[in-house]
Amino acid sequence: MFSFAVLVLSSMFAAQDAGFERDVLPVFAKRCQGCHGAQQQMSGLRLDQAGESIVKAAPKLMARITSEKKGFRMPPIGEPLDAKDTAAIREWVEAGAKWPAGSGGKHWAFEAPVKRGAGIDAWILAKLKVEGVTPSEEADRRTLIRRVTLDLTGLAPTPADVASFVNDGSYERVVDRLLASPHFGERWARYWLDLAHYADSDGYEKDLSRPHAWRYRHWVIDAFNRDMPFDQFTIEQLAGDLLPGSTVDQKVATGFLRCVLTNREGGVDRAEARFEQLVNRTATASTVWLGLTVGCAQCHNHKYDPISQKDYYRMMAFFEKGEDAEIDAPIGGESGPFYGALRGYREQREALYARYQIKQRALVFEKGLKEAYRNPGRDLEWDFALTAYKALADRYEKFLTEAAHTSRDQESFYRYFVNGSASPDFRKDKPQADEVKEAKGKLADLDKTLPPFGQAMVIEEDARHGQTHLRIRGDYKTFGEVVEPGGLSVLPAGAARDRLGLAKWLVSRENPLTARVAMNRLWQELFGRGLVKTSEDFGLVGDRPTHPELLDWLAVEFMHRGWSWKQMVRVVVMSDAYKRSSKVRKDLETKDPENVLLARQNRLRLSAELIRDGALQASELLNVAIGGRSIRPPQPKGVAELGYGSPKWDETKGAERYRRGLYVHYQRTTPYPLLASFDAPDTSIACSRRRTSNTALQALNLLNDPVFFEAAQSLAARVLREAPAGLAQRIEHAYAICLSRPPTARESERLTALYTQYLAKLDDATAAEWMPAPPDGVPLREAAAWVGISRVLLNLDEFITRE
Amino acid sequence: MHRIQTRRSFFRSAGLGLETMALGSLLAGEGRAAAVDPLAAKKPHFAGKAKSVIFLFMEGAPSQMDLFDPKPALLKWQGKPLPESLINQTKLAFIKKDATVLPSSRVFKPYGQCGMELSDYIPNIASCADDICLVRSMNTDAFNHHPGQLLLMTGFMQAGRPSLGSWVTYGLGSESKNLPGFVVLSSGAGTSGGATNFGSGFLPSVHQGTMFRNAGDPILYLSNPKGVSQDLQRTTLDAIRDLNQDRLAETGDEEIAARINSYELAFRMQMSGPDLLDFSKESKDTLDLYGINNEKSKTFGTNCLLARRMVERGVRYVMLMHASWDQHTYLNRDLKKNCDITDGPTAGLIKDLKQRGLLDSTLVVWGGEFGRTPMVEQRITSDPENMGRDHHPIAYSMFLAGGGIKGGQVVGKTDELGFNIVEDKVHVHDLQATLLHCLGFDHERLTYHYMGRDFRLTDVAGKVVAKLLL
Repeated sequence: MFSFAVLVLSSMFAAQDAGFERDVLPVFAKRCQGCHGAQQQMSGLRLDQAGESIVKAAPKLMARITSEKKGFRMPPIGEPLDAKDTAAIREWVEAGAKWPAGSGGKHWAFEAPVKRGAGIDAWILAKLKVEGVTPSEEADRRTLIRRVTLDLTGLAPTPADVASFVNDGSYERVVDRLLASPHFGERWARYWLDLAHYADSDGYEKDLSRPHAWRYRHWVIDAFNRDMPFDQFTIEQLAGDLLPGSTVDQKVATGFLRCVLTNREGGVDRAEARFEQLVNRTATASTVWLGLTVGCAQCHNHKYDPISQKDYYRMMAFFEKGEDAEIDAPIGGESGPFYGALRGYREQREALYARYQIKQRALVFEKGLKEAYRNPGRDLEWDFALTAYKALADRYEKFLTEAAHTSRDQESFYRYFVNGSASPDFRKDKPQADEVKEAKGKLADLDKTLPPFGQAMVIEEDARHGQTHLRIRGDYKTFGEVVEPGGLSVLPAGAARDRLGLAKWLVSRENPLTARVAMNRLWQELFGRGLVKTSEDFGLVGDRPTHPELLDWLAVEFMHRGWSWKQMVRVVVMSDAYKRSSKVRKDLETKDPENVLLARQNRLRLSAELIRDGALQASELLNVAIGGRSIRPPQPKGVAELGYGSPKWDETKGAERYRRGLYVHYQRTTPYPLLASFDAPDTSIACSRRRTSNTALQALNLLNDPVFFEAAQSLAARVLREAPAGLAQRIEHAYAICLSRPPTARESERLTALYTQYLAKLDDATAAEWMPAPPDGVPLREAAAWVGISRVLLNLDEFITRE
Repeated sequence: MHRIQTRRSFFRSAGLGLETMALGSLLAGEGRAAAVDPLAAKKPHFAGKAKSVIFLFMEGAPSQMDLFDPKPALLKWQGKPLPESLINQTKLAFIKKDATVLPSSRVFKPYGQCGMELSDYIPNIASCADDICLVRSMNTDAFNHHPGQLLLMTGFMQAGRPSLGSWVTYGLGSESKNLPGFVVLSSGAGTSGGATNFGSGFLPSVHQGTMFRNAGDPILYLSNPKGVSQDLQRTTLDAIRDLNQDRLAETGDEEIAARINSYELAFRMQMSGPDLLDFSKESKDTLDLYGINNEKSKTFGTNCLLARRMVERGVRYVMLMHASWDQHTYLNRDLKKNCDITDGPTAGLIKDLKQRGLLDSTLVVWGGEFGRTPMVEQRITSDPENMGRDHHPIAYSMFLAGGGIKGGQVVGKTDELGFNIVEDKVHVHDLQATLLHCLGFDHERLTYHYMGRDFRLTDVAGKVVAKLLL
């Protein structure tokens, strides 16, 4: 009873402190601190830190802010404080006008982190002790190796991995092996791609495929595998192109900024569409590195956080000069075959161009478009052709205004002309139209002969883009004052005035947010919940950290360790807190139902991608190749066709289709069903934490999707092949594969009963449908019964959960 | 304390087996217990007249001045551009500001007691004039399809927000224990918005619209794999449930209870799916009413009848899409094609709901993301049939019926060119506020906290349009 009372009291204080920081402090910051703050203290009053002056002034405060008398009323300028603000201040004054401990007048997240204490377990245990809670014991070794393997690589441990660890293997060695695994990069890339909101298509109506988007994903996987320091990781993605002598890979990294959606609807206003992309880039950078939701300030000063509208457009100004570009960016092994074939390819292409007069005809087309661009309204049909071109060509402005073109721009214009221009001349000149159509087919065939050669979507600086204007009420057409690039004024200054300056400012030691935000997400990925639960929002209305000192410890440690992601993952997974059992404790049901104190670990449902990986891995269908292009696994007809123009889903054939879930092509308007059902983000904005849900559609997906049925068949064959004959041994082996543990006696009994039921119910014809090719020496119905058992295992909650 | 009791009583029930779980009564829909059945029926802010919604989404922007808003004065302007004062501030997608006026070739006449003037292309809808409320003063901000569709369906022009249907199931849950709460049906071509028009945005994904498909499985993966009978499926499910329950006992994690529940719902969907799709007990009159025996209107009519049968079974929100009404060119030909497909079944649905006493509690909405220009769009100048109309967000028409809407009236008025609204502007946010009002919600209070802010369907705008209401 006593400890319950303590908890209630302490959480009341916490609530009150939060109330002060949420409701009172922002009013002080916005309306009072100009005269009663660090710069000046009129009448000796300071409202930005604890101190005598506040206690002395408190009795008079209410009279001044509620007075009707002009000149006496505070604040003297502007509207009086509204009823809500006044009530919040009154409540605070009546509670004793106490300045919460640790509140430096600034919101906690804007103060520099300070490292204190001995690390993770010290801070977790200290809090548990205050609350009178004993921590859970360490998880059993099977659970532990399954947990850490899933958390570090996204894959389950093999039965052999488990056996060797259980037989007195070293946990530390397991961790180091996993940190060195190339699957480490895949697992953490997926988390980062959620933030970047990566997808394989443009979004919006046309939702065209982005065949080269994968190149950026490839870079992210590689960066995590190489343990690229997080500051460098940041700089390359935001400004890799601006680094002196930047490499191809550093340019590829700017693909981060190309994850924005592109609206190519006919008749789109390109100025508006570009503004929306800049809005998205500004919001993404703020969410990802600062954990701040600056979006509100597009239209007005932020209501809660000290972010002015001007701040917002200063941030946006960093991105203003960025222009879309495509570059050659081959990956390992591509260059040799490609360049070997290139000369012959070019000769044949030129021959086709010559044979069909493509260059001459495209030049006429180019002139027509340029004329329509300069003098709209002269010819309706050319106006339409121009509208269509503008929507589809990212660099249309450059192409139509400049006389000389880069060879890449020129080539892509030829292709635009050939592939889909519907030039107005085609209607008047049928032979031309027919010939160009023929050339289109020939060129497509020729392209297929060229070996793959990676291309990348990148950003480069283009001086043609002008200055950034503040937009009144956030409307892209209503220009306000010109603003220069700059960081948020609430944070330490020092950003140089280009993207590189922004990136360096974000990862400077003085920035109080970046390291905290990053470490909070790392924690979230390993515990299911950040120390700040709202990992996307460290602002005034976001949640406060449950363990503020621990978050600071992690943030400073991260910087001390050279921003090494791998080292910090290692630090966390080596902690006792990480290794604890995830079993729910009855004794904490009322005291800590959400497991905020971390007396135990959490059970976490696997992400959509990992659920598919798990089934493919257990059934040995998984293709573990790292990186590379996206795949389109089989999906029912009618899913892709729901999109505009009813596009086709060009299914990937062969072993490629069994690659891991993070390689599944993400079509924004019609995503792969498994991803949509199992809570993958919609890739429209940065996603800082996935929600998890339990729905009937998920159940149907796992039960009936042919992909999972095929996995059940393959798993059955594997068990029958690998385990010695005998039902009990086979059940044991299947459990070792799927759940990394032996079955309990009850589970074994239940599956034995199920096996008997299947044998009784399956006739030969049905059995043959379940298992068309039973392994040698296994009777058909037994093999089929094993498909049924495999289906059960692949559908268990435990199978899709990391415990 | 409430939350804790709920959790305990849940564990007791789960221990006794699923048969004893009375889902609706167990869950108030609050706190962690909601995880067990997030779709449990919930009470709105106040008693609403509508219990369910059928939104007939006519994708691509149907031409209002050829269907709903007669503009005889266009004849005077035929072949002339609009006055500069009118057109100067206007954004157009494809045509230029000097495009000339195109009068409608349609014949309008008054219908019903109320004398609503409607076009000869929609005689069946016209025969429902006294039940429908025609809004001639719809207004939106977007002049491109996808942003326009997102604004209509999610209240915001960029992707990522929850759609109308997901807000409704988030607020009201669902009455159906065997079917999803928010169902999507489609006919015609794919839409500009694809799945973003019925996504759940930042709401839990249980609120996303479930697509009922015309070919193959009506719901993705609803059928058992080949060779798996319902009996074998049940045998399999029983084992999954028992093993999951053991794990629940071992770990104490109530998420497992939610998963068990989701598998049972999946099985009930499998069992009830065939019944939903079985029209054998529908009379020939009913099938005729929906145009199911007519080749042209068969698919759309089937979807309309399915919508009624879903509403009867407690589905909260049915979105029925038809694409595409985007008649930039060949206006008369393609508009007629769309009307031949949709006019009969739409009227059939309204009449059938009425005769079954369901119209009072079912809100029917018909319309697209914006309207079309009084000016002509012509891409092949040599072909007069090629004439069509461009996008027009400033003024267009939609209609509503049932569910607390006052039928037999026209709301709003446009100028003689149909260019601007002169009376009772209804912005799409106002329409959304009104729909939520019919369901018993104050649109300003139906919110979800995300990214540091309380979001709502109507963003920062929207007013309930009292004129539309009974």
